[in-house]
Amino acid sequence: MLTRSSIKHWYLIHKWTSLICTAFMLLLCLTGLPLIFSDEIDRALGYSVTPPDLPETAERADLDAIISAAKARRPGDAVQFIVADPDEPDLWFVRMAENVAAAKPSAFYAFDARTGDYLYQYPLDQGVMNIMLRLHVDMFAGLWGTLFLGLMGLLLVASLVSGVVLYGPFMRKLAFGAVRRKQSTRLKWLDLHNLLGIATLVWFLVVGATGVINTLATPIFGQWQSGELADMTAPYRTMPPVREPGSVQKALDAARTVAPDMSLGFIAFPGNGFAGPRHFVAFMQGNSPLTSKLLKPVLIDAQTGGVVETRELPWYVTALLISKPLHFGDYGGLPLKIIWALLDILSIAVLGSGLYLWLKKRNVSIEARLDALPNEKEKDCA
Amino acid sequence: MKTSLTGIQIWAMPVLLGLVSTGGLTAALLSDGIGDAVSWIALAAPVVTALWYGVRRT
Repeated sequence: MLTRSSIKHWYLIHKWTSLICTAFMLLLCLTGLPLIFSDEIDRALGYSVTPPDLPETAERADLDAIISAAKARRPGDAVQFIVADPDEPDLWFVRMAENVAAAKPSAFYAFDARTGDYLYQYPLDQGVMNIMLRLHVDMFAGLWGTLFLGLMGLLLVASLVSGVVLYGPFMRKLAFGAVRRKQSTRLKWLDLHNLLGIATLVWFLVVGATGVINTLATPIFGQWQSGELADMTAPYRTMPPVREPGSVQKALDAARTVAPDMSLGFIAFPGNGFAGPRHFVAFMQGNSPLTSKLLKPVLIDAQTGGVVETRELPWYVTALLISKPLHFGDYGGLPLKIIWALLDILSIAVLGSGLYLWLKKRNVSIEARLDALPNEKEKDCA
Repeated sequence: MKTSLTGIQIWAMPVLLGLVSTGGLTAALLSDGIGDAVSWIALAAPVVTALWYGVRRT
């Protein structure tokens, strides 16, 4: 049983961690709501492509031809990545930028994987959904904005944990789910705050903690690039970077021979941060629900097209990759997305009711509030 | 005067909801089809519980 003074300490933790993060959490929950359905919204707005109906064929277009076609569309730009989507096996996506290492893409194309035909160019950095995404990811403040939101997420986790600790003493005389509607608006919202908070707790905690991990994506990949990837390419360090890489089709075929049970996630081109100065890196995915979320990098010599090395990603990158679906809620079909949205709305109610309770009683001490608990007795707390 | 509830009375439902939510979050990650269906039912539990107690008139 918590003592009165430890309740007071936990209450102060709950109050201050919540107060600091609530405004940002409301922003994240509100912008996150449409983002849950971004695929559906993009499709409805026409920002998507469906491969044309063709007779069933096992034929696959040559990747090098697709790369040439992409380069012909933007002669001054470089191809950074070829991306595959397990849900769209008939499409290849090509990401281009001003140079191979640039952080921002200049174009994102879709090609027919069967015929090699150009199909579509995705709009970049425009539309309402892009504003939602930027507000959610970094508030238009770049990496520092992202890291700041990560810090706010940590405060949310602390707020949720302290909220659970306080749930016990506040519910000592109340059956689960009891909402005192008759006595005062404040008591009603206190009981609703406790009910909604405890019901959504695990989901909110998981989405909050995986959100924090996602804010660390840049440093996490940076660590992998300067550690493991640099280590894999170390024997080639003294050699000059390749200007014109060889066949990417050959590179993919080679990657498939060392990962026969896997499919391609994406290939990074030589000179990009996810590859080496002289190497392609093919990131292969497993074919089970869980392993399809993970990646295995295969390092391929860009001139000979031969596999140099493959190693599993370290635990911290795996943690990031697993935290993505758990944050986005995109791994169980549309019904899961709808439930994700409902839980998000309930979390907004938890944040809003918490704010209301603070506004309403910010001049009343925790002592007075503890005394106001139903039939609270000093000896019960000891 | 109302007597205090025991720890079990206070924590039974929260712990149950927490375990069911955890199961739901994990199920769809580990299996498609059945796993997805399990996750829908399991993660609907906290939503239904919150709405049931939240809107009922006593």
